[in-house]
Amino acid sequence: MKTLIPLILGMAAVTYVPRLIPLLFIGNRKIPQRMDGFLKCIPLAALGALIIPGAFQATPDLPAAAVAGMGFTIVYGLFRGGIIVPVLGSVAVTYCVLLANI
Amino acid sequence: MKQKTGASLKAGFPIFIGYVPAAVAFGILAKGCDITLLECFLFSAVVFAGASQFIALNLLVTGMGPGGIVLTTLLVNFRHFLMSASLSTRLGHLPKRYLFPMAFGITDEVFSVLSFTKGELSKTHVFLVELCAYSAWVGGSVAGFILGGFLPEILSKSMGVALYALLLAILLPEVKASGRALILAISSGVLNTWLVHLDILPKGWTIIVCILIVASIGSFFMTWEKEEELL
Repeated sequence: MKTLIPLILGMAAVTYVPRLIPLLFIGNRKIPQRMDGFLKCIPLAALGALIIPGAFQATPDLPAAAVAGMGFTIVYGLFRGGIIVPVLGSVAVTYCVLLANI
Repeated sequence: MKQKTGASLKAGFPIFIGYVPAAVAFGILAKGCDITLLECFLFSAVVFAGASQFIALNLLVTGMGPGGIVLTTLLVNFRHFLMSASLSTRLGHLPKRYLFPMAFGITDEVFSVLSFTKGELSKTHVFLVELCAYSAWVGGSVAGFILGGFLPEILSKSMGVALYALLLAILLPEVKASGRALILAISSGVLNTWLVHLDILPKGWTIIVCILIVASIGSFFMTWEKEEELL
């Protein structure tokens, strides 16, 4: 196969530029209140769409395994908080469910 | 209020934990697609965008040309434009020269962690969080490429949940604190499920449409609530 380096550089450029432009051009500018509200709502809207429905398909062979892992994250996260235990725990729970269903 | 180095590493560490398995999976897949170690490393080191790298590998295997793959990458990663726009309102105090390297590290997870970091975002904080993510992503990809074959299949499969668990763990304190946050996030997820099911938008654009619609509705309620307070 011929080298992929030009492809990689192309991908890098189209990934980097959209990440950079808003930082350079919005910056300190005064923005209307409605726009500010919109930008402030982006994180929540993004998280919702990044998690659902992808999380249900994280283990395509047995979706219930990923769902069990997410269940652990929700329960632990709501009652104890933190991030590391919910993340590692979800992997462990998913692993156990997959293992039990071979 | 600025973030101390320890606090920055503590904020970045969960991304590290979430990225290593995902990156290892990328390395394993890359090796399976017959690309070289150098190319695998460069994918992660200069593109640094999880989902689009996996998609690029898939497209390579199906025989798509570089033009199509670059275009797909642009579409898939365009959501970061919105995320950068959202973060920019909190980074405006920094000199422009810092924004160039900073922009490179704005991934979904870095964006999520920074968005919910309280107080003014210092440049050191942003760079340290990004460095945690970057080192895990690049290191994990190379490790996956070299050592991948040794990982039990079930373990690498179960690692697929790590990134979702990370995003979920970032979201939970917000939805616990505010009903509005819960409603926004859930409606975005429901809308995305529907759009994915309809299957009319290119990959990555369902998320963009969700952000545009849900954040617009959210901003409407925010300004409405503010006006209520003023009355």
